[in-house]
Amino acid sequence: MAGIVGYGAYIPRYRIRVEEIAKVWGADAPSYKKGLMLREKSVPAPDQDTITIAVEAAKNALKRAAIPPAKIGAVYVGSESHPYAVKPTGTAVAEAIGAIPDCHCADLEFACKAGSESMFIAFSHVKSGEMEYAMGIGADTSQGAPGDALEYSASAGGAAFIMGTKDVVATLDVQYSFMTDTPDFWRREYMHYPRHGGRFTGDLAYFKHVRGGVEGILKKSKMKPKDFRYCVFHQPNGKFPTRMGKELGFTEEQYRAGLLVPTLGNTYSGASPIGLSAILDEAKPGDRILMCSFGSGAGSDAFIFTATARLPKIQGRARKTRDYLDTNPVYLEYGAYTKFRRKILKNVED
Amino acid sequence: MITPPVVRRNTPQRYRLEANKCAKCGKVFFPPRLVCDACRGRKFAPVTLADTGKVVACTVIRTPPTGFSDLSPYCMGIVELKGGTRIQCQIADCEPERVKIGLPVTLEFRRVQEDGESGVLAYAYKAVPAR
Repeated sequence: MAGIVGYGAYIPRYRIRVEEIAKVWGADAPSYKKGLMLREKSVPAPDQDTITIAVEAAKNALKRAAIPPAKIGAVYVGSESHPYAVKPTGTAVAEAIGAIPDCHCADLEFACKAGSESMFIAFSHVKSGEMEYAMGIGADTSQGAPGDALEYSASAGGAAFIMGTKDVVATLDVQYSFMTDTPDFWRREYMHYPRHGGRFTGDLAYFKHVRGGVEGILKKSKMKPKDFRYCVFHQPNGKFPTRMGKELGFTEEQYRAGLLVPTLGNTYSGASPIGLSAILDEAKPGDRILMCSFGSGAGSDAFIFTATARLPKIQGRARKTRDYLDTNPVYLEYGAYTKFRRKILKNVED
Repeated sequence: MITPPVVRRNTPQRYRLEANKCAKCGKVFFPPRLVCDACRGRKFAPVTLADTGKVVACTVIRTPPTGFSDLSPYCMGIVELKGGTRIQCQIADCEPERVKIGLPVTLEFRRVQEDGESGVLAYAYKAVPAR
């Protein structure tokens, strides 16, 4: 049966606190912290981008899967922040992990859903028998305009999943997608930062599509929220996924393990995949997991997984997601943050 | 200046830490060589270096070359990887003053050079303090 044979995440070391951003813009930090349920976010180092994050996550997935990288037939990377406008991220990742040259690579974009769609396509290849293994990655160095509400949450990180049919650690039981054409968040060609529809991004975008994804997959699988040990939804802030979980009938116990956003921020395409990696770090055989992504534009991909007896054997083969998140973070002041994120206009160097 | 041919030529070493090992005397070379300087052997087997090690020498760069001023000050060092091979690389993700001889490090994949705003990007390994 098709499923995940290896998984891995990567989160940069640097962080910035909500208070540090709020004091620059004269905003009320406590209300942001309470309203967004967000304390701090990860920041990529100046030498990190979606390619470097995807490579580190992929290397961790390979450590866990313990398969020859040459057997990976496809590498798909979903992101809103591919370093090149024209030149693939996927080839760099495939080259770095040794999956080249017998490999199909593609970069995907669908706002924050690009990571789960890379997983969706990778699953299709192994389910059909076309490939022995395929890798799906969600990674981002998310953009948020200075002073915009997004600046408090847009962060960096990624997760990679190797799909296959042998030595599966979590079977893929059901998948379902829910889509409409909804202009809630976008970034036009040549623009540095995305724009969004403010409150329109809530009920008519995030909540409508995550609800559609979750209710659709529950109907398709004939399951109920109580049938799951864990759930993870796209997490642009802390408030949205917790409200969504409660409205759909899930409990805090079910979504706690995958809810990383209060100290990670919104890793866009990496958000729900990193949450899933944190769940896989602690899940036990037989645990059932529901994942539902969300991407503006808009749509959700939902998956139901069941952990197998093999999962505990591979959990410790690579660094765990919570360890990346909690161990020795380095906090930045806003000045260093703007330099790291290249928000300062400079003269061109000779 | 970094150019596409240079990026491509260095990819096996910089992306995957590919070295070669002399089939006759076992000496490991990184980057790979065509002739062993110990026994003059010409047959080699490919090996992949470990991605963990420790700092054995370091210095702080405060007057960087063109293209690296955003990183200043930064630390360059020699890292002895598990297995004994020594490589030179930047030691990133920490204040340069924190880098000491013996510091345990991990190699991570990083952007190491870029040809201005519109040119090619070069990636390779950098050492970061083990977390």
